[in-house]
Amino acid sequence: MNPSKTKNPMPVQDAKIRAKNFDEVALGYTEEQARNEAERCLNCKNKPCVSGCPVGIDIPAFISKIKEGDYEGAYQEITESSSLPAVCGRVCPQETQCESKCVRGRSGEPVAIGRLERFVADWHNAHSQIDTAKITPNGHRVAVVGSGPAGLSCAGELANKGYDVTVFEALHTAGGVLVYGIPEFRLPKSIVAREIDGLKARGVKFVTNTVVGRSVLIDELFDDGFEAVFVGSGAGLPNFMRVKGEDLKGVYSANEFLTRVNLMKAYKAGAATPIKQSKSVAVVGGGNVAMDAARCAFRLGADKVTIVYRRGEEELPARREEIEHAKEEGVEFMFLTAPLEVLGDGHKNVVGMRCQRMELGEPDASGRRRPVPINGSEFTLDVDCVIVAIGTSPNPLIKDTTAGIETTRWGGIVVNENGETTRENVYAGGDAVTGAATVILAMGAGKDAAKKIDAKIRN
Amino acid sequence: MYEILQKQSLNPTVSKMVVRAPRVAKKAEAGQFIILRVDNDGERIPLTVADHDRTAGTVTIIYQIVGATTRKLDELNAGDFICDFVGPLGRPTELDGLKKVAVIGGGVGCAIALPTAKKLHGLGAEVHSVIGFRNKDLVILHDEFKAYSSVCRLVTDDGSAGEKGLVTDALQQLIDAGNEYDEVIAIGPLVMMKFVCALTEKRGIKTVVSMNPIMIDGTGMCGGCRLTVGGEMKFACVDGPDFDGHKVDFDEAIERGRMYAEFEKHAYEETCNLLNKGGAKK
Repeated sequence: MNPSKTKNPMPVQDAKIRAKNFDEVALGYTEEQARNEAERCLNCKNKPCVSGCPVGIDIPAFISKIKEGDYEGAYQEITESSSLPAVCGRVCPQETQCESKCVRGRSGEPVAIGRLERFVADWHNAHSQIDTAKITPNGHRVAVVGSGPAGLSCAGELANKGYDVTVFEALHTAGGVLVYGIPEFRLPKSIVAREIDGLKARGVKFVTNTVVGRSVLIDELFDDGFEAVFVGSGAGLPNFMRVKGEDLKGVYSANEFLTRVNLMKAYKAGAATPIKQSKSVAVVGGGNVAMDAARCAFRLGADKVTIVYRRGEEELPARREEIEHAKEEGVEFMFLTAPLEVLGDGHKNVVGMRCQRMELGEPDASGRRRPVPINGSEFTLDVDCVIVAIGTSPNPLIKDTTAGIETTRWGGIVVNENGETTRENVYAGGDAVTGAATVILAMGAGKDAAKKIDAKIRN
Repeated sequence: MYEILQKQSLNPTVSKMVVRAPRVAKKAEAGQFIILRVDNDGERIPLTVADHDRTAGTVTIIYQIVGATTRKLDELNAGDFICDFVGPLGRPTELDGLKKVAVIGGGVGCAIALPTAKKLHGLGAEVHSVIGFRNKDLVILHDEFKAYSSVCRLVTDDGSAGEKGLVTDALQQLIDAGNEYDEVIAIGPLVMMKFVCALTEKRGIKTVVSMNPIMIDGTGMCGGCRLTVGGEMKFACVDGPDFDGHKVDFDEAIERGRMYAEFEKHAYEETCNLLNKGGAKK
């Protein structure tokens, strides 16, 4: 047992250097660091950490394998429950999930479960070929709509059971939010590509450039012989602040900003897709997307990047590590501040953002203290770019073009305990159902739906 | 990959391509658009579906060489492949129930207006078309418009083809002559659509315009194509591209369209230099 009260620190690129490049920030544990960290795990009998994992990975079991030096065994243990360990090890909010339940956290830091998961997945990827194990086809066909975390995990689970799976993707590249949203420096695209290649090797077909609801309707998928459809179309519709000046040049939704940077590679010299060069950027919002946008803006050469968040630091919903990394890189935070208006010049260029200070009042429905405006506290922030990162909603396209699919008031697809929508044999999961949430929840939903689809088709 | 089956130059800067894209062809309706990427490093650009053939599985696009991407697209010929081609996107133009319609096309916008005229003609509506260009060298699709219209007015800025004047002049004359239109459909440069709308608003004639702002995904994901219509934020890609022209804030759309003008100019020049140096075909 390693009695250290602190985690083995994650080796990272120096903040000054990384703030100028798009290479991955966290470099990953060495074998030695991983084994040393694994020794901090007490292998608790009641496994409290597992209860914090949305997909129930047997965490002490995989960590025990690391202690033994059996990294492939550890990987196999994780993939019993998770289909994207290299992704989740990097992007899961471990501090509010598994690690929040770790007994070691009661006195000191919890075991670095996320870092260990990443180590194991990276080790596997470095030491194995893509698995081309022959799976016996069962002759049944299932369509998956969307190639983000929910769709990929659903497809993977079904492929393992012998299904003939086709994934339809609207964009030109598969991966959904993993490729258009999360930046390279946090999740290298080669990792996503490898996951997709793995699925292809198991027979999953990917059809890009196909917008289900426009290019093809769900009803037509059934006509084409698919027996079930899983909708994992995510929550891609950007919310705007609905304040004056959002039409100005230099106001981006975080989706647009990140898509230009990540999917369209606007950060590379000579890229065909442009992005506006800004000096001073305000990012409105406090989630991971806001952190991603702020850190991208810095890397693109802005002199000053400010996160404007209407609640306090405690309430920031982003992963702790992202907040810390953003701060180290020089991103400034303006808490308890809400935008009132984006100001423009005669040519509709952004020249500032009028803001108001807030104070925290009574807790709201989410349990967080509600921000209340302070009268007379208005001030102007000197910015030439505003990125709006205040959340996204499910895209209504599938609901609008498919008879019998019910949605909630805010657009989430309604599903029953089996993940089935109000339309028979149409399943849904991930952000399309829950609204914007995490990669791991979407992955879990995709995997669960796959099991239900399998059970239904087999009976 | 999507094969180019035919390519034809319509004027020195406008070309037409017939592309094999069966899924798009199967669903495409007048008013909808596609998004393409010429190559793996390319940007995504929206182009309106100019025609489609469901049996042959083909979609026709007509584009004007205005920037780096259309310049690169124009390097391709029959037998070559376009990397990505997705659609149909946007809502189809609503034409049901229209009996008499004036279809106004400006420049390459005529390529977008033509399928609407064709569809209306097919539905039995009386179509009056007004097509406008800067000069005779830029005239496209005149015969096609004549085929689908009972009245077809060609105007050019300098009078080198058809009548000298603007599309608004010809439209005004048609209205003054006593033509009562259920609707005017105007597709062309923003300034042209703005002035057509100013004219028809005075006359109280419902006017639909097709907006073509800067877009990335075309599925409602980025919001880059947002417009103000009747005081509300709308996304051209999913709420449009057709909108009630009397409600569109054209001045805002014109400014937003210029957002990357500098970058685009530079990229265009670079691409031209590169292609000319490389001993471009043609």
